[in-house]
Amino acid sequence: MNNFNYLRADDTEHAVALIGKETNSRFLAGGTNLIDRWKYNLTHPDTLIDLANIEELHQITETENGGLRLGAMAGNADTAYHPLVKKRYPLLKNTILAGASAQIRNAATNGGNLMQRTRCYYYYDHESPCNKRNPGSGCPATEGHNRLHAVIGHSENCIATHPSDMCIALAALDAVVQVTGAEGNRSIPFTEFHRLPGNNPSKDNTLRPGELITSIDLPAEGFAENYSYLKLRDRNSYAFALVSVATGLRLKDSKIEKANIAVGGIAHKPWRVQEAEDFLKNKRPDRDNFAQAAEIIMDGAEGFEHNAFKIPLTKRAIIRNGMMALNPQETQRPGAGPSR
Amino acid sequence: MKNKNGEIGKAKSRLTALEKVTGSAKYAAEYNVPDLLYGYIVNSSVTKGKITALDETAVRGIPGVVDVLSHNNRPSLPWFDVMYSDMDAPPGSPFKPFYDNEIKYDRQPIALVVADSFETARYAAAQLKVTYETEDFDVDLRKNLDDARDPSKGLATLIKPLPPSPKGDFAKAYGEAAATYDGDFRHGTEHHNPMEMHATTTVYEGEGKLTIYDKTQGTNNSQIYVSNVFGLSYSDVRVLAPYVGGSFGSGLRPQYQLFVCVMAALHLKRNVRVSLDRKQMYTFGHRPQTVMKARFGADAAGKVTAMHHKAVAETSRFEDYNEVVVNWGNILYPAQNTLLEYQLVPLDTYTPIDMRAPGGSTGMHAVETAMDALAYDLKIDPLEFRLRNYAERDVSEDKPFSSKELRECYRQGAEKFGWAERKPEPRSMKRGNRLVGYGMSSGIWDVIALPARAEAIFTKAGKFIVKSAVNDSGQGSYTVMTQIAAEQFGISTEEMTFEYGDSEHPLSPIQGGSYTTGVVGSAVKAACKVLKEELFKKAKRLKNSPFADSEEDAIYFRDGKIYAADDDTVFVNLTDIFQNEKEDKISVTKSNVPNPLKLKQYTRAAHSAAFVEVEVDEQLGTVNVTRAVTAVAAGNIINPKTARSQILGGMVWGISKALREETLTDFKTGRYVNPNLAEYHLPVHADIHDLDVIFVEEKDEIINELGAKGVGEIGLVSMAPAIANAIFHATGRRMTEFPIHFEDLVL
Amino acid sequence: MKQTEKKLQYQTTLIVNGKTEKLTLPAWVSLLDALRHHLDLTGTKKGCDHGQCGACTVICDGKRILSCLTLAVAKDGSEIKTIEGVGSKENPHPLQRAFIEHDAFQCGYCTPGQICSALGMLEEGEAQTLEEIKDSLSGNLCRCGANANIIDAVTEVKANHYE
Repeated sequence: MNNFNYLRADDTEHAVALIGKETNSRFLAGGTNLIDRWKYNLTHPDTLIDLANIEELHQITETENGGLRLGAMAGNADTAYHPLVKKRYPLLKNTILAGASAQIRNAATNGGNLMQRTRCYYYYDHESPCNKRNPGSGCPATEGHNRLHAVIGHSENCIATHPSDMCIALAALDAVVQVTGAEGNRSIPFTEFHRLPGNNPSKDNTLRPGELITSIDLPAEGFAENYSYLKLRDRNSYAFALVSVATGLRLKDSKIEKANIAVGGIAHKPWRVQEAEDFLKNKRPDRDNFAQAAEIIMDGAEGFEHNAFKIPLTKRAIIRNGMMALNPQETQRPGAGPSR
Repeated sequence: MKNKNGEIGKAKSRLTALEKVTGSAKYAAEYNVPDLLYGYIVNSSVTKGKITALDETAVRGIPGVVDVLSHNNRPSLPWFDVMYSDMDAPPGSPFKPFYDNEIKYDRQPIALVVADSFETARYAAAQLKVTYETEDFDVDLRKNLDDARDPSKGLATLIKPLPPSPKGDFAKAYGEAAATYDGDFRHGTEHHNPMEMHATTTVYEGEGKLTIYDKTQGTNNSQIYVSNVFGLSYSDVRVLAPYVGGSFGSGLRPQYQLFVCVMAALHLKRNVRVSLDRKQMYTFGHRPQTVMKARFGADAAGKVTAMHHKAVAETSRFEDYNEVVVNWGNILYPAQNTLLEYQLVPLDTYTPIDMRAPGGSTGMHAVETAMDALAYDLKIDPLEFRLRNYAERDVSEDKPFSSKELRECYRQGAEKFGWAERKPEPRSMKRGNRLVGYGMSSGIWDVIALPARAEAIFTKAGKFIVKSAVNDSGQGSYTVMTQIAAEQFGISTEEMTFEYGDSEHPLSPIQGGSYTTGVVGSAVKAACKVLKEELFKKAKRLKNSPFADSEEDAIYFRDGKIYAADDDTVFVNLTDIFQNEKEDKISVTKSNVPNPLKLKQYTRAAHSAAFVEVEVDEQLGTVNVTRAVTAVAAGNIINPKTARSQILGGMVWGISKALREETLTDFKTGRYVNPNLAEYHLPVHADIHDLDVIFVEEKDEIINELGAKGVGEIGLVSMAPAIANAIFHATGRRMTEFPIHFEDLVL
Repeated sequence: MKQTEKKLQYQTTLIVNGKTEKLTLPAWVSLLDALRHHLDLTGTKKGCDHGQCGACTVICDGKRILSCLTLAVAKDGSEIKTIEGVGSKENPHPLQRAFIEHDAFQCGYCTPGQICSALGMLEEGEAQTLEEIKDSLSGNLCRCGANANIIDAVTEVKANHYE
């Protein structure tokens, strides 16, 4: 809620230069999360560097390898409704549309979506201890209200979850995050972009200081034939996921040739388990096999006072979503609700 | 011919509609008066203890900050409780903001920062350095049930009576019952969360005179409070609230933004606005956490014989808030052996405050779950079971009902819903991969009678004006009062001016409890009646008056004229009566005081029956209320259009109560952890499906001049229990905790 | 836009309901507060100030957004439509008429946001089925519980004017 300077970057080099020069500065994209956290007294930038004028970051373009490049400043809604996304990545479309509200999706950007921070009650209360906000102050969630919290991959320092829907699909789609910084450009596989809390929960991702996300690149394969996003939450729309699952299947001769499954709402990052996907290879896409995959995915899960229910619920959601992916035209619902 | 217009009973669009849809309706924080200062409130970060230091230095150094007010430097204030009391104050000692350094509850207001812009005030408020000495506290009801005790009696218990004494022999009857139900219920804290956050804009008119735009359910209540606390004469304090963005009980008492805003305006002799933020909306009253026990017994013929309903609710350490939780069951179902108990546990929270259908929406969950369970146990259709226990007379008080068309609610509601298609066995109805359940519930809400005043005016220009201080926070009171007034003069609603929401108008009780239509409407009618008598008297006195020898029953009012009842060609233009007069208007003020002796002989209540269909995805724990019908008997419905919206709103609240909203408390810190609309889940459009409302014809000549019972709460009380019962039918699982979550269904 | 002084004032031009408004604002003023406090356009409501209720919905460069999560300076040069620009008392928009007809509000506080959101949805043209419409409007809370009437009003306008 402090005052700040407001600057506009002309291009990515300018943005990177500004963030290096201006102390305690942040990039401003759609602002739907940053401004909210600033108003809650959780972040106190001295300077905001608005990326809105950087034309190239707004583009959605096809890549040479048959994939799609989603500009970091392209809007979430514009992305979901982009003809190529609708046609080739319907999983991404449905997942984006299951997040937040239409107004927020209009303002929020693809890069910003990756940068969302947790909805943990204690993180959001600036007067509360929180290792993410104030390292070393403690984590009241482990002993407090932890219904929203992680059941897997958590540490004693932090049991927060990553709140994004879109990122769950991006993880399932094997997207790659392109970043630029003072030391040049690099690519980060999506599953390595977000990190687990470990001993350093203040760090949500693997970006280096001053680095700017320029795009998120989708590979050619979009699972447009067999896909599903299922989101379970406390109301039918406009609520963060308690559990969500993004599934993309490549089927051949009624068997699974490739299965990509990412789970949201249960961990500090989109949760993908290679062994489970390997297990499903060459298996029939049926309840039993999805159930076994679910067991592998949730191996090692450990709940807390209010969220232990998420463990069985996630397993059921993985199974249901696998089945929904077999028949996407009939099972997909607005808001990614369960099939009927 | 006489009732050509018949404004009462007409489905009228609300009179504020154009202002509301175009954004021109102004709410309390929207009066951008010149040289306005903005106040932002600082709240305690500890739950109990004392402020040991409050360092303002940094705050005062921020450019734009005008002042910092706290217990340290506040202007002198009265110390005695009565000056802080208000029309809705429960027995006890009202909270006095900024009074001393004591912290009684989490996020208690402790200071106000005043600045020349909203942003500066908000920033500066966050910079105030406060140190505390903390004390142990307790905010967990279930851990402190041993401290439960009877509530204190006071004015509030007159309107919200304590339970009746035990009757018959409950233990014996329960022991002998053919079927019994024993259940424990738990309801968490809830907050009103009107969409408009509480705000006050105080215009300093000079010489201690104030014009105050306040978010309140009672302009008089705020006026009296401000006058008493700050030692101002009533005539120097004018409170206006023409538009109120919802309240649902949160505006029944003057809230602390009013106090601090007025304090700052008087202290600085400036115009000041104070708006609460959404987090602060969780710091001044709530629906209390409540635990209940229900033990009901029935004989083999399906008659309820034994009824034990006990509720223990939280209150604050400084006031005994009470609500009517356990009285309803025996009014609805005539068990002869009853044990009804209601107790309080004082905790370190703010005092609870009435929230839509207070008590009833809590208690009916236990009553209707118990009734439903007995019906299943005895293999009787739940609707039939309620009919077998239909109370023709209120046995709890041994009184007749002033009117009761609940039977008709059951009949019409069941028919419209298609209750007959229900398969009796739980888990027997399916749709795709979902279980389908039908559930029903009765509903009841009492009809409260209170005195009120209104002024009726006829002007030389031919205008009718009626005035009352009453509010309208969306219920439709403005529209309904205008209809009632228009009807009296045989004119259209558009030709009647009703002025409201202004403490300068005749006294109205705070708006709430579903009584406003009956209470204020009766005063409006009474004032109009007296004005008609005055006008008729003057018409008789006119030179060559055709009514010189007429009696009142030989004339009627229509279109600004008095007509002979038997001859339309004989009339007097009302504006003509001013010919011989110097005055430019005729004005009368009349109080309507209910007759307690007459009213006491009857149990007076509105009734409802809700029928609900749910779909439950048992694998995933999702519940949807796919359709619902609520049939309501609430006496005379003045405006079926706005009344229907009230019932629909109540039904949505029922869905919310059963399935959505809940304030979570961290008992270790004493803090509500989800004070925001992202994690306090109100229903969204995607949650609301097919809802239907029926108004059953009901005549009541006892309750008030209008025969109107009010519709604010009755739509809610039956809805939440019907959802719980529908989930039982779908799944075979009894839902005794609200709200119902995934974990209640998947584990 | 020209930055006039560090952490002080920014000259910002907003085209609000067709009218060019030149404002000099610090960066920390939200678009919502710029409208309500600086332009006296109080039709846009503050219900939470945190993007959780939808009451502050406006249409910015053709898209519905939440003005509470938007910095006014960031919208320099943008066209903003608020409820005051949707229609007038004399000449209401079909959505405004339908809201009155269906009694799609009680207290009226969420109403401008509901109408702006519905207008944005209709102009986007993506939501088609009843289920999609409800979901697309779910970013606007209504505590009075007018949900069913709101959806009825919007679907009627969609059928009569947007198909």
